[in-house]
Amino acid sequence: MKYIKIFTLAILAAFTLQNCGDDDTVVETLPDFSGSYSLADQMGRPAINTVLVAEGNKDAFNTTIPAEQGAAYASAFADRLSTLSPALATDDDTNLLDLNATGFGAVLATDVLTVSLDGVTTFFDGTNVLTGRNLSDDVITTELTLIFGGEDGSEIPTLSDDNVDANDKPFLTTFPYLAGPF
Amino acid sequence: MDLSDKLIINKNFKMKKLNLFLLMGTILVLGAILIAADHIEAPGVSGSTADITDYYAFQGDADKIVFVANTQGLLSPTATGDASFDENVMIEFNIDTDQDNTEDLIIQAIPRDGKMYFFGPTPATGNTGTSGTVQIDADVNSVDITEYNGDMQIATNDGIKIFAGPRDDPFFMDFAQYGQIIGGMATSFNNPGDDTFAGTNVMSVVIEVPKSMIGGTGSINTWVETKRK
Repeated sequence: MKYIKIFTLAILAAFTLQNCGDDDTVVETLPDFSGSYSLADQMGRPAINTVLVAEGNKDAFNTTIPAEQGAAYASAFADRLSTLSPALATDDDTNLLDLNATGFGAVLATDVLTVSLDGVTTFFDGTNVLTGRNLSDDVITTELTLIFGGEDGSEIPTLSDDNVDANDKPFLTTFPYLAGPF
Repeated sequence: MDLSDKLIINKNFKMKKLNLFLLMGTILVLGAILIAADHIEAPGVSGSTADITDYYAFQGDADKIVFVANTQGLLSPTATGDASFDENVMIEFNIDTDQDNTEDLIIQAIPRDGKMYFFGPTPATGNTGTSGTVQIDADVNSVDITEYNGDMQIATNDGIKIFAGPRDDPFFMDFAQYGQIIGGMATSFNNPGDDTFAGTNVMSVVIEVPKSMIGGTGSINTWVETKRK
């Protein structure tokens, strides 16, 4: 009996010590997430695939890694921009970023979002350009202006602004920042 | 019924209709105007649980960056109640810290049994490119997936905050007028415009991480991927 009691106490002690961990973390077993996962969709900046990639290439664009997108798509993007926009039609036509169709196409073809860790994060706020994308940024009007606005942003006013400049619900001031669903 | 009424009917119908308009626009080769983020997508993912609609990255608190991945767009309120994350789809946040457009760090979000698991930020070594595995040895945090009619669920650990669930689609654009322009029925946007995405929802995954975990200072390049098992 004595040995059984000692054994039982030892077991109890072992469990107690295990559960008194360094913090409140409960040791739980993860579900089984094994397996190989293949790229289905990807996105960096808003609207890029939909506007600048030809219909038959959209799936290919989505499964081309960013390191390879520039070489594969910069030239096609440049052509698309100069064809779509009278404000970028020739090599001398530039936009607010001082980029012509070739330069702008090269920037956009590598579809990544640049984010500053040092300051204001915004797609465009009049001063800061491509330092992030926050919820209230009017990215569509920014991109329309960069495509149709010409050197000073005012070349084709009727196509440079969709005149929807804010979300339908106010954002939250704390995490997760997005408003609740309708 | 005008275009915006048609768009409210149901998600699958809307996706097919929008793809048709996009095709028409390309054929007509009119001054194609920008369209909703990635809301109108490629045939391979359009309307599926792997369909990314939008990506945001911005400073939350002064020393933190928030990453938002939205999927499965144009959900009506009714459709939102039926929507769910797909347990075979991983949402992967890619972070390039040395400006070579190859990911150095990744954060992977994958759902199981009503919870969203977040692995990382963790080095991407051996897991860059078009296929990958879940990094189960990385730091992991989990949060109950917020239900459509339920209380908002958030988890916090070590400076990281996480959320997964339905949200109002934060995207705004007069897509209906875009349709009019590419269809040749209009030559300009209206003023004021009408937000075609008003009243619709998305399935969102949101993570806020300390800047110190993703490079600390300078600038990062980032993009989001969905990967299907």
